[in-house]
Amino acid sequence: MSKSDDVWILGISMTKFGKHLDKDTVDLGAEAILAALRDGGVGMKDMGVMAAGCLMGRGSIAQELQKQVGQTGIPAYNVSNACATGATALRTVVMAVKAGEVDMGLAVGVEKLAGAGLLAGGTRAADSDEWTRSGRLGAVAAIDGRIGTETMPGVFAQIGQEYAHKYGGVDFETFARISEKNHSHSTLNPLAAYTKAMSLEQIMNDLMIAYPNTRPMCSANCDGAAAAVVVSGEKLRTMSLEQQRRAVKISASILTTDPWEEACQVLPNINTLTRNAAKQAYEQAGVGPQDLSLVELHDCFATAELVHYDNLMLCEEGGAGDFFRSGATWRDGSTPVNVSGGLQSKGHPIAATGIANIWEVCQHLRDEGGPRQIEGATVGLAHVIGLGSACGIHILEKSALAAA
Amino acid sequence: MSVATQIPFVEYLVLDDGAPHLVANECTACGARFFDRRNACAGCSGTDFRPVIVATEGELRSYTIVAFAAPGVDVPYVAAIVDCGGTSVRGNIVNCPPDPEHVKLGMRVRLTTTSVGTDQAGVEAVNYAFEPA
Repeated sequence: MSKSDDVWILGISMTKFGKHLDKDTVDLGAEAILAALRDGGVGMKDMGVMAAGCLMGRGSIAQELQKQVGQTGIPAYNVSNACATGATALRTVVMAVKAGEVDMGLAVGVEKLAGAGLLAGGTRAADSDEWTRSGRLGAVAAIDGRIGTETMPGVFAQIGQEYAHKYGGVDFETFARISEKNHSHSTLNPLAAYTKAMSLEQIMNDLMIAYPNTRPMCSANCDGAAAAVVVSGEKLRTMSLEQQRRAVKISASILTTDPWEEACQVLPNINTLTRNAAKQAYEQAGVGPQDLSLVELHDCFATAELVHYDNLMLCEEGGAGDFFRSGATWRDGSTPVNVSGGLQSKGHPIAATGIANIWEVCQHLRDEGGPRQIEGATVGLAHVIGLGSACGIHILEKSALAAA
Repeated sequence: MSVATQIPFVEYLVLDDGAPHLVANECTACGARFFDRRNACAGCSGTDFRPVIVATEGELRSYTIVAFAAPGVDVPYVAAIVDCGGTSVRGNIVNCPPDPEHVKLGMRVRLTTTSVGTDQAGVEAVNYAFEPA
């Protein structure tokens, strides 16, 4: 095998997101793997490497899955990068293929979260009987709620409010209307956890979690898995015309962390690392934001989606509010964003998310999007953020063979 | 006199040297400021720090009103990021109704203190927060 910069998605799948009471994480991951292999017309024996993630798992999900779907002795990487875990697994396989170590590999992300409250309140350690300093801040007790908030809805609410303060023209209603869009989009996605449209009034009057994020403006905890088979261009050219036609080119695969800036250890800065990743991705793919047929971005909260319009350079700096209000990001707009319904309605089984968003883009690039197909889609971008932070961006392109 | 009956909630809060204030670890090489215990500077990897007093007044740069939190956390409360003369500080906004009509982005706030409670030894933990200036 030779080093190849030409890397493709050969097969990809996502399970239905939602509650799977009768399936455990291994069942869901195995379902996604078998479906992705079938989609690519290959088997476990063809895989040269595997990367897997399950944030709430025991750290050996790859081997647990191999024991159910095929123990072929290949190297396995168990990866963990918060909400960017799926994208990290995919990128791990992409790197192995690009390095020329293997010509095919498998990435999978799976999570069981239905009923989990971790994205809302979570838990806080009880106070001890005697104040004792611990941790890097030397706090005598847990700080959540006492020095700001550690809840995800609260952290991302502040990220949106920071943007509102910096640029103006953005308020509670703007954020709620983003959620209205995504819930509307989800009605066309049978694999979404929630597929009901919600009116602006319903969204704004729903349970307040952390102002300005109400419950439907928060990502939905759910169960789900997604998997992808990656192949080198060289290998792909030896495969059937049908496989080549349905293959989707990975034009850019980028992972960044946040460079230090004032305040980034006080309130997570999800902007700079996303902007850095986007710049690198556009350069690597040789495309610009105006070329994108669709974008699946990390709307873990409605407040996050707005700032990422700016970070991904879909709009002028500071212009995310006007850009959204122009209708650009609705499915009939100039840059459809989260036509899957996004994390707010499709759901957010953490480690699966960074592959499921790529599955969504592939559906459109293969003209297999069914009722929600974005007509004539040729280039798409998938973005995730894992707080801490890690940002994964993949730019995907339709096969020239399919376009012909 | 008994032993100290009050202690700062976090190490970077100073209660016994004039008016309550926060002290940051400032990198002597690049000026980056941190509130936690440091191994090195995240900005330049320098290992030399000096304590600096952080301005006790600032501007509300961002906030959220947390209505849903972990058991034991009193809600609603206002969690905020305050720009204290160029140093960003995380803290709660107190002495102000927790609603968007009273908490305004860009408003001036100042450091204040609040009681977290008293432990079995009779020691009161005192925390910092911000209030409208």
